[in-house]
Amino acid sequence: MLTTIRDLFRYNIEFRIGSILVTVIVLYSGLSFFSPYAPEQIYVVIPDQPPSLTYWFGTNSRGQDLFWNLSFAFRNTLVFGLIVAVLSRVISIVVGMTAGYMGGMTDRVLMFFNDIFVALPIFPILILFYFVLRNDLDTYTLALIMACLGWAFDARLIRSVALGLRHREFTRQATFAGMGPVRIMVEEHLPYVMPIIFSTAMANMIWSIGFEVTLGVLGFTNLNIPTIGTTLYWANSHSAMLVGTWWWIMIPVILIILTFLGLFLLAVSINEHIDPRSRLRRMGGAE
Amino acid sequence: MRSYAFFALKRLIQLAVVVFAGTSAAFLVAHFSPISPVETIIGRVSGQSSFSPAAIESLRATLTELFGFDEPLWQQYLNFWSRFIRGDLGPSLIAFPTPAMELVMRALPWTVGLLTVAIVLAWLLGNILGGLAGYYQNSRLLKGFGVIAIGIQPIPYYITAFLMVVLFGYIWPVMPISGGFAMEIRPAWTLDFILTVLWHALLPAASLVLAGIGTWFLGMRALVSNIVTEDYVTYAELAGVRRGTIVGGYVIRNALVPQLTALAMALGGIFSGTIITEQVFSYPGLGTLLIRAVNGGDSGLVLAVSCVAVIAVAAAIFVIDLLHPLLDPRVKVG
Repeated sequence: MLTTIRDLFRYNIEFRIGSILVTVIVLYSGLSFFSPYAPEQIYVVIPDQPPSLTYWFGTNSRGQDLFWNLSFAFRNTLVFGLIVAVLSRVISIVVGMTAGYMGGMTDRVLMFFNDIFVALPIFPILILFYFVLRNDLDTYTLALIMACLGWAFDARLIRSVALGLRHREFTRQATFAGMGPVRIMVEEHLPYVMPIIFSTAMANMIWSIGFEVTLGVLGFTNLNIPTIGTTLYWANSHSAMLVGTWWWIMIPVILIILTFLGLFLLAVSINEHIDPRSRLRRMGGAE
Repeated sequence: MRSYAFFALKRLIQLAVVVFAGTSAAFLVAHFSPISPVETIIGRVSGQSSFSPAAIESLRATLTELFGFDEPLWQQYLNFWSRFIRGDLGPSLIAFPTPAMELVMRALPWTVGLLTVAIVLAWLLGNILGGLAGYYQNSRLLKGFGVIAIGIQPIPYYITAFLMVVLFGYIWPVMPISGGFAMEIRPAWTLDFILTVLWHALLPAASLVLAGIGTWFLGMRALVSNIVTEDYVTYAELAGVRRGTIVGGYVIRNALVPQLTALAMALGGIFSGTIITEQVFSYPGLGTLLIRAVNGGDSGLVLAVSCVAVIAVAAAIFVIDLLHPLLDPRVKVG
């Protein structure tokens, strides 16, 4: 594990840039624990101050210091993305590996449901959830819903890997040695699936955070919790661009693009690392 | 020909099942809305002046009957179907008493027009450029385009659209950033009106094309770079067939079939995307209507929009499916 990361860091510039970007954003969101203001407090500083030495990111029209407020927003958004990624990974591992290893009827039934979930139009469904749940739709409920909707594509990917592992020599060995299906899946097959899980987790975070931002901007979440989406919502509702408080919009947008770029580069580089041919080419071992 | 009719019939049954399941789900969701339209209207009316409790009570009874809430759920569901077939989904709440269907029908052309143009443009441009990039792999220009396509991919669509509004609406205000047509022009079939509609649709359509083109580009490039290594391409090259003919007639044409399937699969997602587009650009289409309905707690209108959307998307997929065997004789129609 550690050598993998070292190798990636040494030979893969995408991984280097990606991990630096993500680390910076995570550290920044960690600063929220030292914030002098509570996130829901408004009118604690002078409103509408441009970025300066006192207020690094400026202050918004609601009298919040954007530097600290955004650190909360990023923490909530990242935690949201992480919850969705972890939960949906669990579902996709279970479904994908079971379908791949068991095959037959189990496989067909699981993949039938899988295909339904792949085809669902997610955004209208989320809007309908908001329509019914209203303000009960907080970060955690939303994360749970997103996790239930966002596993299908990766389950298919994991299944295809598990399908290949099933016919390998060591699987037969393990069966003859008396290992049950669950133990084979967890102890023998899971290590092979792990790299895919990491790279799809990053892609999944990009996906779920994208939806969170969109829902938040439209005002379809609990607006009192600072997230990237709700930050932009408040900026829009105070017509930030029109009034001239551009930093209220541009700083979160730039930061969120950096976050996405970082996660995307990590996903791409891990993906490339999984493929031994492209890994060798990069290290200069091939040809 | 008979097998094709059978194939079409099978797809038609699929279409019916999807529409039935989708609309039923929408009906249930709308039913579970916590906001009662009857109480909302009563609140609206009694807020303006005072009424006797008896008058309010009789108003409540009338409205309950109007919305059909006095019957058990299964009866309401049957009523919903019998009215739905006749194209009537009851009055809307946000524009009471305008029928919900009328609002939907007013919004539908905007969405359909915007989406059709944007999807066709994005699909054609992405596939042609992707096909060229896959064939001429050393072209600097096409390589650069690939880098841009990969770069735009991870940014959520909302942010892209929003940045376009900021760029062309505030920083360099040359484009209209809200509405479907200019305020001072009356909606009619005149040249002025058509021009203003096109002018207003330009930025939303461009944002959709920008967001969609990358997927098609990358998919097509990957497909074509596989096809290029096939024997028949080498054969055609050795036989001295013009390169343009090889790319257009042999390579891209073969790769278009899976891309068409991908388009059918992506339609639902693209439709979800327009909800965001219309909201960002304040475009008067179905998405804006849906969001207004959700904010106003208008379950009838939410139901109407969802039903029409389900039918529209399913029908579009149906049409693409029907085109499929006509384009590629290898597709089994049985």
